[in-house]
Amino acid sequence: MSLADRSTFKRRLDDLGVTVSEGPESACRDLIAEAAGDPAVGVSDAPLPDRVETAPTTADLRAAHTGVTDAELGVAEYGSVAIEADAAGTEPVSLFVDRHVVVLRERDLVPDMPDAFDWLGPKTREGSVDVVFATGPSATADMGGLVHGAHGPKEVHVVLLREDGETEDGGPAGTEGGDRDE
Amino acid sequence: MSSDAAKADRIRELMATEGDAVAENTRGFNEGRYESTSRLDDYEELKGEARSIKEDAIARLPELIEEVKETVEANGGTVYVADDADDANRYITELTAEERDADRLVKSKSMTSEEIEVNEALEAEGVDVVETDLGEWVLQVADEAPSHIVAPAIHKSREGIAELFEERFDPEDPPETAEELTMFARERLGELIEDADVGMTGANFIAADSGTMMLVTSEGNARKTVTATDTHVAVAGVEKIVPSAEEFAPFVELIGRSGTGQDVTSYISTLTPPVDSPVPDFEDDDEPLADGSGDDRDFHLVLIDNGRLAMREDEELKETLYCIRCSACSNSCGNFQSVGGHAFGGETYSGGIATGWEAGIEGLDTAAEFNDLCTGCSRCVPACPVEIDIPWINTVVRDRINRGEADPGQTDWMFEELVPDEEPAGLDLGTRIVGNYETLAKWGSRTAPIANRLADVGPLRALGERVAGIDRRRDLPDFASQSLVDWFEARGGAAVSPENASREAVLYPDTATNYVDVDRGKAAVRALEAMDVHVRVPDLPGSGRPPLSQGMVSTAAAKAEDVYAGLATHVDAGRDVVVIEPSDLGMFRREYEKFLPEASHERLADASYDVMEYLFGLLENGGDPAGLRAPTAGTGPVASGTRVAYHPHCQARTIGVGEHATAVMERLGYDVRTSDTECCGMAGSFGYKHDYYELSMDVGEPIREQFGDTDRTVVAAGTSCTEQIDALLGDAPMHPVQLVAPRE
Repeated sequence: MSLADRSTFKRRLDDLGVTVSEGPESACRDLIAEAAGDPAVGVSDAPLPDRVETAPTTADLRAAHTGVTDAELGVAEYGSVAIEADAAGTEPVSLFVDRHVVVLRERDLVPDMPDAFDWLGPKTREGSVDVVFATGPSATADMGGLVHGAHGPKEVHVVLLREDGETEDGGPAGTEGGDRDE
Repeated sequence: MSSDAAKADRIRELMATEGDAVAENTRGFNEGRYESTSRLDDYEELKGEARSIKEDAIARLPELIEEVKETVEANGGTVYVADDADDANRYITELTAEERDADRLVKSKSMTSEEIEVNEALEAEGVDVVETDLGEWVLQVADEAPSHIVAPAIHKSREGIAELFEERFDPEDPPETAEELTMFARERLGELIEDADVGMTGANFIAADSGTMMLVTSEGNARKTVTATDTHVAVAGVEKIVPSAEEFAPFVELIGRSGTGQDVTSYISTLTPPVDSPVPDFEDDDEPLADGSGDDRDFHLVLIDNGRLAMREDEELKETLYCIRCSACSNSCGNFQSVGGHAFGGETYSGGIATGWEAGIEGLDTAAEFNDLCTGCSRCVPACPVEIDIPWINTVVRDRINRGEADPGQTDWMFEELVPDEEPAGLDLGTRIVGNYETLAKWGSRTAPIANRLADVGPLRALGERVAGIDRRRDLPDFASQSLVDWFEARGGAAVSPENASREAVLYPDTATNYVDVDRGKAAVRALEAMDVHVRVPDLPGSGRPPLSQGMVSTAAAKAEDVYAGLATHVDAGRDVVVIEPSDLGMFRREYEKFLPEASHERLADASYDVMEYLFGLLENGGDPAGLRAPTAGTGPVASGTRVAYHPHCQARTIGVGEHATAVMERLGYDVRTSDTECCGMAGSFGYKHDYYELSMDVGEPIREQFGDTDRTVVAAGTSCTEQIDALLGDAPMHPVQLVAPRE
């Protein structure tokens, strides 16, 4: 991940109408709490606020306004996030809701689409992997105008996490180049 | 009523009922394509990469099919290779109706499933089939067929959909806005998806080495279709296989941009089914979602041959298999923009590439029903992300239709003796007249003005319309009594001697310039000589464009050889070949590749220039612009001064010489406004045909809207553009070279 990738990624998300909040890993819970509506369900390795149901039933999923999931990868040039359709239910939690809050670590941001498929290719051969590259909200123009939320989420919010101890400009804190205007 | 007349009526009806919605949507997609692809730094490289991936994959297809069988089965899925639609439907109905006892199957959008008509087969077995793509669902409710391969309901307006929903569902609070209609559909379809037993998708690409498939969607219905059901059936043509998932990348970047102008669609699903997601239990919904039910999922990949492996063996149709169904050839097509896929399409596929698909899958008869809507304007060629020569496929199929339908009992032996073409007897007379335009022009010129006077006689025009299908509302070309070649010889040949010349050039006397619009030829000679070029105007045969446009491939190939024979010594002597008519330069640069040995084609293509491109090159290399006519010097036809409106010729744009005229005119001080209409609609002879007169005029309509009330001097390079713009604006434009050439 370079600084250029981060700013490209954020600009693309903005074009897509996707909101973003950023912070260190330690702020993750608060950032999700700000972004998630109610009721919320979540499947994530990140620490989630208590009000997010982390072992949802299908009924919880149906009732949920927000679904919180991790993203395996971000593609800067397109503003895409890669969601893994895993056994924990990341795919339904990101899909059967009105708002998808997706947690992405900056280190998982790659510059462009070929990088994403270079990442994906070996995984497909190693084992069964199911990944959805989601770019902005669900959309349709089939009803005579552009509408968001055709079948999937109407809104998407990205929580972009940098590693604790890393500054906003990308360098490790306390080293040369890390102590610029944080 | 003849079938042709019925077809013409159908086209008029569709233009009236669906034309406006189709035009608005396709032109919007087309503009989006230009914008979106312009944001790619490496657009041309990506297209080249996509093309070579497809070439390689189709070359190795049998091997890749075997590999997919192994990898999908290793993943726990099943692969069935179906020979044809019946075979596929039998497998799918046995699986869903018998083994699964399914009540409902939900589907995401798949053209291949339309091709095999699986919905009908399933419904016959009592399975309720629900299309979940909103556009497809609208059509299912309305019982209509798709009019576009990507956006199937573009022919329907928002108002039309609102009326349909109100009539069919009688809702308490009828939805009206796009938002309300979408939410209404989302809710209804959401319930139907929850209760479904089987999910069916297509597949845009399949990786052989892993069994991973890629689905390109925006609504999220394919994701729901796969996730909500425990049995996933994917239906895909065998041509969708590529070696590995790494090869998906260029297509991800190209497919949305080329089609609807989106940089990427909302969802690119790369699934290695059966997928791992748990199956939500909507009936017993108090159970935890993550209950391990993903392990019980079942996956069936149904690969469809249905003629594809035979297409692979057909040198001309093979390229069709590279098609990724992006719809760029529909959206960039003038005729498609006016009529949509209900006229410009066959059983399943629509747009330019549909001829290849329908000829390969359904047969020549189906392709013949709409093949002549391709005018060969070639605007789809640079738009195609896998660089398919779509007009060539249309031409080849037209040639096969011509030959296949030729009825040996027909007695046009007299015409057979008179025209020098290479085609079989029995070829349709209208086709043949246009295809032998060069011969007609030669006679016309020799017998002018009698020929011109006869051509305008009412009863003869009526006869022409009835027998040859040439619409009497069109002005016929006025043949000149002295050809350009004769004029040049009579004036004593070149005015600039080789010794005093900066370069030497052969001005190609194309049929239209030589026999009809001699003035633009004279202007070209003056412009070239003003730039110190030694000019020759030898007597040369026509390029073969008119016969090629009629699918008379052998005749066109013979012309190519004659033209090359006539030009080879000039090219060898280092002379440049300068061409006035863009459609003929298009032949030299593009189509002659099919007719001449590679080295000959390259030699001629490299030595040939559009006249405005040539002037541009001379100016760029230090030529003195003072020899050409700047706006201040203009009187008479250039009375409006510096302001010019320019329509670049379709084929000139495709070969990259549409903008040189603009550059030259601007260099000389003209203020140029350029038309962004892909093709004027005349497209050679297309607009002369009685059946297509209204359509041709409709395709040209955007030019009338843009330039109709302009006070600018209108210029256009193509002969047919000139005729069409004359008909649209009531005044014939001149060739740009006539604007910039010094006066006589």
